[in-house]
Amino acid sequence: MVMTTYLDHAATTPMTPAAREAMVEQLAITGNASSLHGPGRDARRVVEESRERIAAALGARPSEILFTSGGTESDNLAITGSLRAARAADPRRSRVVVSGVEHHAVLDVVDHAVEHEGARATFVAPGECGTVKPDAVRAAIEEDASTVGLVSVMWANNEVGTVQDVASMAQIAHEHGLAFHTDAVQAAGHLPVDFAASGVDLMSVSAHKLGGPIGIGALVAKRDARLVALSHGGGQERGIRSGTLDTPAIRAFAVALTEAVEHREAEAERVGALRDRFLAGTQALDLGIRVTGCWEAGDITTRLPGNAHITIPGCEGDSMLYLLDAADVAVSTGSACQAGIPQPSHVVLAMGRSEEEARGSLRVSFGWTSTQADVDAVLAALPEAVTRARRASGAA
Amino acid sequence: MRVVAAMSGGVDSAVAASRMIEAGHEVVGVHLALAKNAKTLREGARGCCTIEDAGDARRVADRLGIPFYVWDMATPFARDVVEDFVAEYQAGRTPNPCLRCNEKIKFAALLDKALALGFDAVATGHYAQIVDGPHGRELHRAVDMAKDQSYVLGVLDEEQLARAFFPLGDTSKPQIREEAAERGFAVAKKPDSHDICFISDGDTRGWLTQRLGEQDGEIVDEGSGEVVGGHRGAYGFTVGQRRGLGLDRSDLDGQPRYVTRVEAETNRVFIGTADLLGADEIEADHVRWCGPAASGRHRLGAQIRAHGEEIPATAEVMGEGSDARLVVRLDSAVRGAAPGQSIVLYDGTRVVGSGTIARAGRAARAPSMPGGGAPADESSARTPSTSEAGAQ
Repeated sequence: MVMTTYLDHAATTPMTPAAREAMVEQLAITGNASSLHGPGRDARRVVEESRERIAAALGARPSEILFTSGGTESDNLAITGSLRAARAADPRRSRVVVSGVEHHAVLDVVDHAVEHEGARATFVAPGECGTVKPDAVRAAIEEDASTVGLVSVMWANNEVGTVQDVASMAQIAHEHGLAFHTDAVQAAGHLPVDFAASGVDLMSVSAHKLGGPIGIGALVAKRDARLVALSHGGGQERGIRSGTLDTPAIRAFAVALTEAVEHREAEAERVGALRDRFLAGTQALDLGIRVTGCWEAGDITTRLPGNAHITIPGCEGDSMLYLLDAADVAVSTGSACQAGIPQPSHVVLAMGRSEEEARGSLRVSFGWTSTQADVDAVLAALPEAVTRARRASGAA
Repeated sequence: MRVVAAMSGGVDSAVAASRMIEAGHEVVGVHLALAKNAKTLREGARGCCTIEDAGDARRVADRLGIPFYVWDMATPFARDVVEDFVAEYQAGRTPNPCLRCNEKIKFAALLDKALALGFDAVATGHYAQIVDGPHGRELHRAVDMAKDQSYVLGVLDEEQLARAFFPLGDTSKPQIREEAAERGFAVAKKPDSHDICFISDGDTRGWLTQRLGEQDGEIVDEGSGEVVGGHRGAYGFTVGQRRGLGLDRSDLDGQPRYVTRVEAETNRVFIGTADLLGADEIEADHVRWCGPAASGRHRLGAQIRAHGEEIPATAEVMGEGSDARLVVRLDSAVRGAAPGQSIVLYDGTRVVGSGTIARAGRAARAPSMPGGGAPADESSARTPSTSEAGAQ
């Protein structure tokens, strides 16, 4: 039995045993948190206790936590909901200022609003590290601040791990009376994320990136955030997100997030050290591998501790992925797949790299189960994979 | 061996993959993504390019317990198959994109990538057989003549054949469906695909019009030399075609008319009566040998379309290498031999090679005479004349 070297924690990271136990225990308990009888009250109590724990872990108030099915739904609700609310109050506010390195769960929502709802988008390009400069956001807003409905810049990038200065950008937005959203799916549990201190108005988080289950997340929304509901029904979650609350998943989410935040500092250093050893190892292989973005050993504040992203000149990412998969090493090309086809990463392209480089991208992401043995395994598998993948792209 | 099983999502490639596993090979399933744009993928209703097909292939791979990947071949497919298809029609010829795909994609881009990644061969669900002969691997017709696809594989050379597996060639299609059902494949009853995969609604002329635009031109009657009608683009016509000419037959002595040739330079479509349609001498270029290159003159069978009839012929090879040309004299005339189509040569069940038809006509030795002429002419004139070229 070959043990898979799992290095795709940015896609999803294993559930922690405590989260799994909490979820399994709760799955055996009947009760709809909206019901008024005993079992309903019991479920509601679990939900509200979890909400409090999640709020505490994120520096938010319990009433600011709106449970959703995950990061994508949170992003959809934040962007579409805010934009519709802003335009309802003032029809001129149809413009979204957004960074060019967002996840598709943000970019595609913006595209949809542009194509189908008459919205406009101003994309802020990043620098070569993937960093979005607050001044660039300011310039984009000040093209005509009276037309802006929402500003959205992610907390940390899912592909190349760049951490953004969202607090400064939120402040700039507020100077113009604008709402600021951040996709913190990769950041929560891994970086010091304090909702209140950051000043952001809306923040998307997801449980399965930090040891919780897939299918649960939250939009953290200030109580005065103006949001138009997208799903209507039972009126749960301040009437903004109707639907029966997933008590077992919510409970497990709270357990995982609490754990992640408790151990965050030590874990960030441990995982960051693994990442550093991996990246240093790729440079020592002498295969022309380039580290994407800015990387300095020991840096766990401007780049996600678990994120390593490399470009391998002359290789197709999907060939690399196959060859490493065949060697039982699970990594990602980092970019979105359409029908299983890796597309050249818009993030890497936005950072000024060529399409060929973007196609030769590989994201290796470390998490709480990662060990030095994983680093050794991927480094051992890389040379042959690179050689073969180069031959394959010469062939095609 | 380590084998890539090309999995389209259909029943044939599913059984082919399972047979390769049973034969003891280490098999990885690969679905080729041939369209760049995911929206096109979503909109594609049938054929080889839909997300549903990729999903079907994935489910078969799950069931077989083999790794499965989607490989992006959209760029070479667009260049070598789709653009070639458009250019050929624009040039007044009638291409067969399936042959191009086998020659340039499945047994070139895919095979080369597979070999580079450490595989030894590619297996597909084509109905054809590979036999080890005295001079290496030979390509033969499938046992099930109704499904035989050796015609579209007639472009594979020795090296490609050496790396190819066609595990279905010894079995009939109904048996393959039974086998798929026994193995519990959800695709066991999935209908066969017939159309050109990148033209999802089957409307080739409409698809070409979108790409080439309307190009108004004349329809000229061969008999009188007169302009008898107009058209919106000569690329929409194929030699042997009868329908869609939009002519008032009363102007034309009541005789049915067929497209006899397409003249791309002048954007004119020529039509004539059935007796002008027969061809018994075919010249072909882009010659491909499915084994050692032939030279000289040979008695062989010739086939000019997939599932078409094989006609005894004398084939002569002129020149060699990439300059080689074929002159094939058919014992009896065929109708609807269109430039651009492939002519595939057989020796018994063995595929000898193929060429792309450059010119088809009457051999000088047997001039066509109305009401008389060669027996071949009469036999072709008696053929029911309702079907279009390419139809079965």
